[in-house]
Amino acid sequence: MAERRYTKTHEWVLLDGKTATIGITDFAQAQLGDVVFLDLPSPGRKLAKGESFGVVESVKAASDLYAPIAGTIAAVNEKLGSNPELVNSDPYGEGWLLKVELAGDLPGDLMDEAQYKEAAGASGH
Amino acid sequence: MPYLVHTEHDREEMLAALGVESMEDLLIDIPTSLRVDRLNLPDGLSELETMAEMHGLADRNRVFPDRLTFRGGGVYRRFIPTAVAAVTGKPEFYTAYTPYQPEASQGTLQAIFEFQTLIAELTAMDVANASLYDGATAVAEASMMARVQTGRDEILVAGYVHPEYVEVLRTFSEGRGMKVRRGDEPNPRTAAVVFQQPDFLGLLVDARGLTERAHAAGALAIACVDPISLAIIAPPGEYGADIAVGEGQQLGLSPSFGGPHVGFIACSKDLVRRLPGRLIGSSHDSLGRRGFVLTLTAREQHIRREKATSNICTNHSLCALAASVYMTYMGEAGLRDVADVSFRRAHSLAERLGKLPGWQPLFPERQFLNEFPMIVPKSRQVMRRLSRKGILGGLEVGRWFRELKDVVTFTCTEVNDPAAIDQLVEALSA
Repeated sequence: MAERRYTKTHEWVLLDGKTATIGITDFAQAQLGDVVFLDLPSPGRKLAKGESFGVVESVKAASDLYAPIAGTIAAVNEKLGSNPELVNSDPYGEGWLLKVELAGDLPGDLMDEAQYKEAAGASGH
Repeated sequence: MPYLVHTEHDREEMLAALGVESMEDLLIDIPTSLRVDRLNLPDGLSELETMAEMHGLADRNRVFPDRLTFRGGGVYRRFIPTAVAAVTGKPEFYTAYTPYQPEASQGTLQAIFEFQTLIAELTAMDVANASLYDGATAVAEASMMARVQTGRDEILVAGYVHPEYVEVLRTFSEGRGMKVRRGDEPNPRTAAVVFQQPDFLGLLVDARGLTERAHAAGALAIACVDPISLAIIAPPGEYGADIAVGEGQQLGLSPSFGGPHVGFIACSKDLVRRLPGRLIGSSHDSLGRRGFVLTLTAREQHIRREKATSNICTNHSLCALAASVYMTYMGEAGLRDVADVSFRRAHSLAERLGKLPGWQPLFPERQFLNEFPMIVPKSRQVMRRLSRKGILGGLEVGRWFRELKDVVTFTCTEVNDPAAIDQLVEALSA
């Protein structure tokens, strides 16, 4: 299994074969505070890379979610409907958002963990 | 001193920053043919002269007494209890501004919360907002909710929905890439089926059937309803509509030349994030005292910007307050009485009108509440004759629907007493 990759907009993506799991990073959930609602698309929808695919709403803010890769949504984390706080408690596990069938290759602009940590630190949120 | 916020110097600085020479340069996109060189306004008048002028204009209005008005078509004469104005006239409430700051007073927030509660109960829906402008914009806002919710772009208008509501819906749709189609067969592109119950002609539609058909096609069902009718017929929540909207004028507001009135919108719980406008919730403060707060504001334009479902941030609070007072004052039994007496008078009138030579009901097999369509020979002359006798007859709906030439809808409410109905029938029999 590949390692987790990250975007500048604080999403993560983990590829297993052609299926990518997408979520928001630990840094993002900490900045947002308690997540109270997620507006996520339905399975079957095609995503373009960089497209805004949903909204994460916390007690502090409502932020757009951007697709780190292009592909077709295979599954949406149904548990988040009644337990949005999973995004806070387990952002890389139970708090995943989407599973997407990757179209083409993994984009080259995704960061590894070290690069992301540096970028997130520098963004000075 | 003229009240101008910017000095000449301020303006010059701003123009320089924009890189233009004069204010005129900012207007070059407006074709000269559309511009007015000079406003030809008369000199100012004293208050006394102004009042005389205004009275002169007002006297040119032809005012028909409520009891001799048999025209509805979306706006209705109803009895308004004095309690309504007694509350809306209180200075704490009486302001032109909609209170939408988070720090709005608890009394104001509670009044809005009461309105939401009353509308949610009346429509049997989970949640209602603080109100919208009118029935027409409520239909358009509901359609935009459906579009965002389903990701589809077609709004299907089924049956005789108020033509002016459809016009407003078309205006909202333009530029949003939403298409409005007439018909009753939804397809996979249909975001919502919009129907009116009772319809624009006053006839009852198969609301449950239309709702089920919408759902079978993966579309939402938007029911545009008459609030008074909900006292005696099934509310939208009962037949599974996703969004209930309507015009609230009948709830304690006078016709007033068509506005301001109040629109209402209510939806099921799973659509609440798409609901436009203000939403007030009930909560508790740190000492456990009940309080009222702006709720789910993250839906709204000031946070979601261009991604918000709607750009509506305001509402018709004072009109909504009038509606709240009306509903509270009338109560469940009072509303039912109003709906019931309107129903009985309209049915008695329909029977009598049907006996006039050449007059017949349009769609006699269909049911109605307090408004109904009649085929009236030479309708234009008939209505004019009534008007000369001081009676405002029905509404000629042929001006919107070509297939309904010489069709006139008549309305009765509690203000059309039996003597007034006799007077109408006599005037038509003469």
